[in-house]
Amino acid sequence: MLAVEGLVKRFGGFTAVNNVSFKVEQGEILGLIGPNGSGKSTIFNLLSGTLPPSAGSIKFAGREIGGLAPHRIINGGIGRTFQIPRPFRRLSLFENVALAGYFGQGRHSLAKANEAAERALAMVGLPVDRHATVDGLGAAGLKKLELAKALATGPKLLLADESLGGLDESEMDQAALMLRRIRDETGITIIWVEHIMGVLMRVVDRVMVLDHGEKIAEGLPHEVSANPRVIEVYLGTDAEATQAAAATRRAV
Amino acid sequence: MQVTLRQLAPWIAGAALIALPFVHRDPYHLHIFVLILIWSFAYTSWSMMGRFGLVSLGHGGFMGVGAYVTALLWNHLGLSPWFGIPISLVCAGFLAVIVGYPCFRFRITGHYFVLVTLALSGIVLQVITASRDWTGGSLGFSPNRIKGNSIAVLQFEDKTTWYLIALGVWAVGLLIWRHVDRSMDRYALEAISEDEDAAAAAGVNVTWEKLKITVLSALMTAFAGALYTQYQMFITPDTVSGIAISLQMVFAVIVGGVYVALGPTVGAIITILLAEFLRIGFGTKAVGWDNLIYGVLLVLFIIFLPKGILGSAIEKFRARRPSG
Repeated sequence: MLAVEGLVKRFGGFTAVNNVSFKVEQGEILGLIGPNGSGKSTIFNLLSGTLPPSAGSIKFAGREIGGLAPHRIINGGIGRTFQIPRPFRRLSLFENVALAGYFGQGRHSLAKANEAAERALAMVGLPVDRHATVDGLGAAGLKKLELAKALATGPKLLLADESLGGLDESEMDQAALMLRRIRDETGITIIWVEHIMGVLMRVVDRVMVLDHGEKIAEGLPHEVSANPRVIEVYLGTDAEATQAAAATRRAV
Repeated sequence: MQVTLRQLAPWIAGAALIALPFVHRDPYHLHIFVLILIWSFAYTSWSMMGRFGLVSLGHGGFMGVGAYVTALLWNHLGLSPWFGIPISLVCAGFLAVIVGYPCFRFRITGHYFVLVTLALSGIVLQVITASRDWTGGSLGFSPNRIKGNSIAVLQFEDKTTWYLIALGVWAVGLLIWRHVDRSMDRYALEAISEDEDAAAAAGVNVTWEKLKITVLSALMTAFAGALYTQYQMFITPDTVSGIAISLQMVFAVIVGGVYVALGPTVGAIITILLAEFLRIGFGTKAVGWDNLIYGVLLVLFIIFLPKGILGSAIEKFRARRPSG
């Protein structure tokens, strides 16, 4: 459903994304991992139209979307979250999501927007209360709100920039399971960006690893975490932890 | 009982305002009321976009276009304001697109947007002053008078008619404010004012939303300028355009309250009463004092009462009665 070919993004003399190609199949969860600054978020910004690509092609459902304005890409069926939650604090919790439901689905009707908002809030487990404010939410709640906003736009492909830093272990697990549940219940295809490997590996179908803007590995989770290049550049000296993680997975 | 009273209040106030000129016929007072209503409408127009953080110092330009295009078409081509005003609105809307679209498309926001719009004010003032063969330059311009009253050319001698016209326009301004306030576009604009990228990720066409509200605001402001011209029958570049007028709009709205519907109206009452007080109390000695006082008050308000007089009053009132 998504086919990326030779994607390049340069900022002046710095190449943030260098000739990256990959495909995403309908209904899968693709994990996108890599150390800080490896180009994960830049790829998301290119896919969602926040930044125009310097070169390469992005085909979504057979249509070229590289360089389109973000609202057109969102309306075309891609939803995204931001790594650091960006709620609208001048709107209520419900209004935040209803806004996405209205403008993210081609401004059809208010009733439809409210309905989409209710569904999205229920799915991520936030209160469907019209008077709740954003200010009452903690780190985990704000991440759920990000997800609800993205879901309300009615995506076929969800770009989840879900850096789970700032959450405790059980919250991380919940967040990971929620993504899988969203995929299972709605059939939405998901690309999940993360730099903590453990939780992600348990949920995704496939993993792609980036380093310095280049794709260095792609495959099933256990293949990737056994890849020596991944261990070297991504995990560095933390090889023991990887092996431990791999062991738990084999046990599961 | 409380609810019904609240629902009735706007109708009672409206009836009282309509009845006023038939009860109280003092022409000077009516003149002040008309000025307050026209400027309230102009300030409401400014706050249509100002409340979303789109601070424009170019509205003097839009007002000047509304005033001068209407008056020039009447004097030089004999075109009735019924046609002149729509043409002037088209001109102001065109100007708003020319200035707004590049700013919004290329993300000129915050202080940079203020500076671009400031230039617009300056340019319109310069054009009016420089084309003195048609506009009379800085000496001002009077639309040709016809004898008596005429709806066809929008000239009326009695203050009561003008009061009712201004009242109607002011009320329509508030209705437009309310319409926007209750629309999804308001959500979009609030979101844009906080975070353009996040708004775009929610599917909002950021450029289009900003352009729409800017054009609406410009059209309303130009209409205020045209109305002022038809009422005063004398305009100068400094009374309907330029940076001073733009600043006066910002000042009045901030004093009254930018986030509440009647805030700009409260601002207009205060600024016009202040100007009249200085004019009558100190005469020619006080020329320019009002601008000095505006400046000082503006600083004080931004620091101590950023929501304005009405905005803060409503907030206090609600805080005291949380159930209401």
